[in-house]
Order: sequence, then structure tokens, then C-alpha cells
Amino acid sequence: MSILTDVWRWFANLDHWSGSDGIPVRLQEHLHLSIESVLIGALIALPIGIALGHFGRFGNLAINISNVGRALPSFAILVIAFQIFGLGDLPIVIALVALAIPPMVTNTYVAMREVDPDVRDAARGMGYRQLAQLLRIELPLAVPLIMAGIRLSAVQVVATATLGALIAGGGFGRYIIDGLAQQDYTKLVAGALLVAALAFSTEISLSMLERILVPRGIRLLKQGASAGQGNPSHARSI
Amino acid sequence: MAYHVFLAYIDPWINWDWLSTHIPLVVAALEQHLELTAIAVGGGLAISLPLALIAHRRPRFRLPLLTTAGIFYTIPSIALFALLIPYTGLTGTTAEIPLIGYNVLILVRNILVGLDAVPPEVRDAADGMGYRPTARLLRIELPLALPSIFAGLRVATVSTIGIITITAVIGLGGLGQLIYKGLIENFHTPLVVATVLSVVLAFVADIGLAGAQRIAVPWARAESR
Repeated sequence: MSILTDVWRWFANLDHWSGSDGIPVRLQEHLHLSIESVLIGALIALPIGIALGHFGRFGNLAINISNVGRALPSFAILVIAFQIFGLGDLPIVIALVALAIPPMVTNTYVAMREVDPDVRDAARGMGYRQLAQLLRIELPLAVPLIMAGIRLSAVQVVATATLGALIAGGGFGRYIIDGLAQQDYTKLVAGALLVAALAFSTEISLSMLERILVPRGIRLLKQGASAGQGNPSHARSI
Repeated sequence: MAYHVFLAYIDPWINWDWLSTHIPLVVAALEQHLELTAIAVGGGLAISLPLALIAHRRPRFRLPLLTTAGIFYTIPSIALFALLIPYTGLTGTTAEIPLIGYNVLILVRNILVGLDAVPPEVRDAADGMGYRPTARLLRIELPLALPSIFAGLRVATVSTIGIITITAVIGLGGLGQLIYKGLIENFHTPLVVATVLSVVLAFVADIGLAGAQRIAVPWARAESR
């Protein structure tokens, strides 16, 4: 119990809410690293997944990317990136981008593949050209699964950004790594709670965004048919 | 001369001399990795099987069970390790509790999906043949759920092998120890060796489980022919 009281006092101490090692600065660092990495990852992964899914070729490639991604420990990617690029945010962002890409590619690929072939035929029959069919028919239908992939990636990136502290990065991981090094269990547990809270809020806020972004017609469709859980790669690697 | 001094300071990605003299270190790390993985996956299966069977029998436990496990799953492993350290110290227990917890979620979900997918006609036929509910569950439904259970085991095993490397920060880590060594000593060889070995380990485990599935589910082979 005493640890919990200590942690409570740690959070109540105003010193921990200001300065370069304060919670607001660490939060900002953590978010900055994570958002940057997820955005770069999405810019790379979504076009690949959309193209692979739309043309329906190289499906094995999309699945294999995800398998290799799951097997590669993110801790190893982080340390290798550090050995190549040295100190700074760059190796952390590179490792996080590498981590963010596989779930997004796989989910996007599956999302595009799961578009009903009849719907594709209907679009073609109505005279939609390739690009219009992709942008106005397939993509909106694929949004729920694509968003699920982005959410999965984002939660993992937020979790792994914590490890950035091992290679002298900022973020909430500092409290955990420093707490361990200084045997300061209060700081350690406070950092753990902050990381857990941030991962949880990421999950919640992206689920809400997902709900907003899904077109209304598809939501109605889902309710009516109570579509099965299409969550192909819900596995963590951190 | 200066060139050679310079070369000596460039660390190659693999230093074979170091590797050949440190085989026991690598083997020990690999053994620890295997042990931690086996406990995490075995423990996860041992806990998830009864939970899933209860949730299958009593649907009102289903949502609370999946929700609790889902919330647990969102918490990053490093945060869980850190939360446990004040209570269980730098021990295997600290490493295994989060890993087992993650695997419970993966496996409970897959066991339930597998059991749900058993065709109602099969259930009726079993009832008609006089199977009691428990016998029907153990001898008809569970075997039919095996493909889904094996899929869960493969995902659980491969992700466990990756996450274990992080336990290096609490003094364990298996192959993660070598990655950590590479980090603090700025020495590439253990880092590269450990990365390659853990990827190979993940693939071997995956293929091994796929093979076990083929043996355990012989009818699936007959169907696909």
C-alpha cells in the first residue's frame, strides 16, 4: 500500500508538473514521437495496402510483411536503428515507423479484399472508372478495417515509444528507465501508470475517430447484418 | 598504418572470433528465451481453456471476460513489468504475469471463435447419438475448434518470443539480454546474433505449431484435397 501512497504524492507534487522532466514536457515528447511515426507509417503503408488489395495481387506479400513484422522484436529494431543512426529522435522514429507499417499494410489489404465482389461489379456496370471505383466505392467500404489497423499500429507505437528512453529518448519511458536505474520505485510506477493511461486513451480516442469516419450507410449495414469480427491481425509485438 | 587503426575501430556487424568464444553465452540466452516462452504460452493455455469453456457454457460471462482481457491487452508490457516490480521484484514472475495475461486474451478469443463455429447440425447429431454435454464438448466440439485454437497458439507464441526481449530491462530477456549487451557495450555482434536468432526462433515455432496442427487435425487435410 505504501507504494501507492508514494505514487499519489508523486503525482500531487507540483515539481513533477513543470520543467524539462515534468509530465507535460514528457507527454508532449511522447506524443510527438508517436504521432510523427504513425503518420509517416500510414503514408507508406496505406498506399501499399490499398494498391495490393485493389489489384488483388501479391496477397502473400502483404501477409508475409505482417508475419515478419511480428517476429522482429521491436526492441531489436530500436537498438539496431540506434547503432546505425546514433543519438537523437531519428533512430526512434525509424524503429517506430518500421513497427507501425506491418499491421496497417495487412489490415488495409484485407479491408480492400473484403469489399463484396458484387459491389465492385455493380460499380463497373454503372460506368465507374478504375480510380473512381477505388476512391468512391471500395475505399469507403474499407474504412472500418483500415482504421482498425491504424489503431492497432498507434497503440503499439505509443507502447514502444516508451523504449526510446533506453537510447536516451524522451517521453514517459524516461520515468520508467530512470526509475529502474535509480531504484526509485515511486517514479517507476508513476511512469508505468502514465504509459498505460496514454496507451489506453490512444485506443479509446482512435475508436471514437473510427466511429466518426465510418460512413453512415456502412454503419447501418453493419448493424443490420451484424457483420463478423473482421480483425485479421490483432496481435501485439510489444 | 593509420588506416588499420581506423579499421580496428569500426565494429563489424558480426565478429566471428567473439561469437566462436561466446557460444555458451548465446546458448544460455536461447535456453532462457525458450523457457520463458514455454511458461508464458503453456500458462496462458492452461488458464484460458477453462475460462473459455465456462464462457462458452454461460454466455453471460463472455462479455465481462473479453472486456477485462481486452483492457489488460491495451496496457504496454513495459508498463506492466514496471507496475509489478515493487511487488514481485526483478524476477521471472514479473516477466510472466503480463505475458501469460496477453496470451490468455488471444487464446480465450480464439477458443470461443472455434467453439462458436461448430455447425449446429454436428451438435444435434452428437446429442442424437446420446452424448452428454460434457462429453460432447470434450470429444466433439473441442476437436472441431482445434484449427482456431492452433491459430491462436501460433500468434501467441510468435508475439511472446518478441516481447520477451523487452524483459532484458528487468534483468531477464533471454536473447534480449544479448540485445541489451549490444546496446550498452556499443557492440554489434550480440545484437545481430540475438535479432537473427529470435526471428529464426519465431519462424521455427510457427512452422512447428503448423506441423503439430496438421497431425492433430487430420480431417482438415482430407477436406482440402
